[in-house]
Amino acid sequence: MSENAGWKDRLFGGLKKTSGKLTENIAGLVTKAKLEARDLDEIEDALIASDLGPAMAAQIRDKIAAGRFDKGIDAEGIRQIVEDEVAAVLAPVASPLEIDAFPRPQVILVIGVNGSGKTTTIAKLAHLFLEQDYGVMLAAGDTFRAAAIGQLKVWAERLGVPIVTGPEGGDAAGVVFDAVKKATAEGIDVLIVDTAGRLQNKRELMDELAKIRRVLGRLNPAAPHNVVLVLDATTGQNALSQIETFKEVADVTGLVMTKLDGSARGGILVAAAKQFGLPIHAIGVGETIDDLRPFNAQDVARAISGGSL
Amino acid sequence: MFDKLSDRLGGVFDRLRGRGALNEADVREAMREVRVALLEADVALPVVRDFVEKVTEQAVGAQVLKSVTPGQQVVKIVNDALVEMLGAEQSDLDLAVAPPAIIMMVGLQGSGKTTTTAKIAKMLKAKQGKKVLMASLDVNRPAAQEQLATLGTQTEIATLPIMQGQQPVDIAKRAMQAAKLQGFDVLILDTAGRLHVDQQLMDEMHAVAKVSVPQEILLVVDSLTGQDAVNVAKSFGERVNVTGIVLTRMDGDARGGAALSMRAITGKPIKFAGVGEKLDAIEAFNPSRVAGRILGMGDVVGLVERATEMVEKEDADKLAAKMAKGQFDMEDLRMQFRQMSKMGGLGALAGMIPGMKKAKQAMDAGGMNDKLLVHMDAIIGSMTPKERAKPELLNAKRKIRIAKGSGMTVQDVNKLIKMHQEMASAMKRIRKMGGLKGLAAMFGGGKGGMGGGDLGGAMEGMHGLPPGALPPGFGGLPGMGGGGGMPPDLARLLSKKK
Repeated sequence: MSENAGWKDRLFGGLKKTSGKLTENIAGLVTKAKLEARDLDEIEDALIASDLGPAMAAQIRDKIAAGRFDKGIDAEGIRQIVEDEVAAVLAPVASPLEIDAFPRPQVILVIGVNGSGKTTTIAKLAHLFLEQDYGVMLAAGDTFRAAAIGQLKVWAERLGVPIVTGPEGGDAAGVVFDAVKKATAEGIDVLIVDTAGRLQNKRELMDELAKIRRVLGRLNPAAPHNVVLVLDATTGQNALSQIETFKEVADVTGLVMTKLDGSARGGILVAAAKQFGLPIHAIGVGETIDDLRPFNAQDVARAISGGSL
Repeated sequence: MFDKLSDRLGGVFDRLRGRGALNEADVREAMREVRVALLEADVALPVVRDFVEKVTEQAVGAQVLKSVTPGQQVVKIVNDALVEMLGAEQSDLDLAVAPPAIIMMVGLQGSGKTTTTAKIAKMLKAKQGKKVLMASLDVNRPAAQEQLATLGTQTEIATLPIMQGQQPVDIAKRAMQAAKLQGFDVLILDTAGRLHVDQQLMDEMHAVAKVSVPQEILLVVDSLTGQDAVNVAKSFGERVNVTGIVLTRMDGDARGGAALSMRAITGKPIKFAGVGEKLDAIEAFNPSRVAGRILGMGDVVGLVERATEMVEKEDADKLAAKMAKGQFDMEDLRMQFRQMSKMGGLGALAGMIPGMKKAKQAMDAGGMNDKLLVHMDAIIGSMTPKERAKPELLNAKRKIRIAKGSGMTVQDVNKLIKMHQEMASAMKRIRKMGGLKGLAAMFGGGKGGMGGGDLGGAMEGMHGLPPGALPPGFGGLPGMGGGGGMPPDLARLLSKKK
């Protein structure tokens, strides 16, 4: 349990600034019996500052406005409404990444924009599956970025899992093809495929991703079983555009959000859940290998709303 | 980079257009939209508040000039405020110290420090002839030091040899020693990514800055960053003396609000913008250009700069001379296609030209892509030199031959011919309108004619650009006409600002 408290600490610690902001605003204004439009504006602004986006923030504001009559809610009451609202949106999409593919292997394609934390997330996922006693293999599909292959190799060594690599600058789809063949032959349970970071408005790069998908499907029609989009918590509203485009091109099946241990609030998850309803598998809350946690809607909602542990 | 924001503001001001006077209600309505647009663009909340307040104040009761609509007047006020918010002028690196001048790169994980390090090194070497040494102080991320070494090999920039197990402060000391002994002009220290709430790593950064006393400390910020950008900038600024900001991934489709907030909140200049994966994809950040882009006027100056860098001067002169005579043959068309591919293809161009967002969307929807340029090139390639010089020779028989030769259909050939005709007549029109000066400047006359906020001139050039530089199908697309839906009189109004 103490280990558990540790990561929650980081999650809530990082979100403190958000929360501070929200509660600070709220605390200042709920001594009055009723909330005026200006007070509601403040709540809405606080939510916007958490990256929830103007639309989602307006929705929550409406909820609070609707429930305020004659109740004279206090700060905790408002926080609870915010938490409940956020949790209600997030709860349906909380769903861990399960390994159940048969015939083996279950192929997980990990994609995202540059610098979102794909490679690190892959290492953390591999660690997670190893703990569950699955056989894991990695495929170094990022043949573009300098030393990306090296980075994944280091992780493979540390974790003691096999890795399939190709030459830097080589064809990513080729590496992936080899990896699936090898994983199938060796009876590996989970094959996690790294890909180069790409901005979603780069057509050629998105085409390449579609190609990787096609190649995977050629060897095993069910592959990739999961296409995980890695989102950086510091990303603002552009995350929605990322999800939309990657979903279209690569058929994203789930999300992982990284870097939630900073002061970034990841409020965009709320808007994303509302708009796309894609499963959120896990959140990254630190730099060490076991810092990937299953996504828990209530915890994140409480953190965003400024509640304590 | 700011397409969506300009769409949004464009929508607001379209609605404002056609009204007689600029009253408070109009302004407030516009400002509500501006506020939401800025927030959706991830501009930090406090910045949005200040901005909206300021602009509202200025706009209400402002004199509406006779020649413009109220909406245009508001556009100008918003434009001016945006320029001010972004910082009025460009800011370069200040490396005027006894060498080696030290540049330290800091930022969150994944913001793009290492790539930016290599880009800046390459730029300093290529444009200023500096001898640059790069050193990676990132001992956290696996293979980070190797990444910089690889980039060093690619760019032919020296990197500090890697010594496993050495700690950042010691690496910094060793790098300074090496730079001094080997006579490097500039030393760039690429540090590990760190969260600004990570005390230990922030201490380490502070320690490195203390021993190396960098001339420049550049905070590298992802332009996709949301509201948190402000916390990041503040926290880094508190621990080290940040001298400037580099915004990366400006080639993404993020609305780029971070660019607006950074400057307003930190007061630090944004020195560079990363605009692509290639190692020369870095530009000086140009605030007034970005403000113009936000307002839907397109990145005209950026386009011109890239055009002048890419288009060979000789070709440009030839083309300008030909056009002056009203001639425009298939060879010229082909030259333009090739220049367009060099400048980054249709997508990159469309993104920079005002009013092209809709065209770009239509293009994407219609499956038009850069292959089109290749196809058109192939068709022209299958023509005889005579046919290229005199397209009117092309009869049905010749068209069939060309179609077969290029692997295209006769319809495709017809489309190309039609486009050529349209463009040729557009050239004539331009000549009559006397806009050639602007056009010539655009194709190789250098930056002189276009810079310095000479928006009127730029807009004039733009009138020539769409028919002259764009592929078939564009002619009929919406939003193409008069330089991005902004009438020239407004362009002139903007260019006249003090």
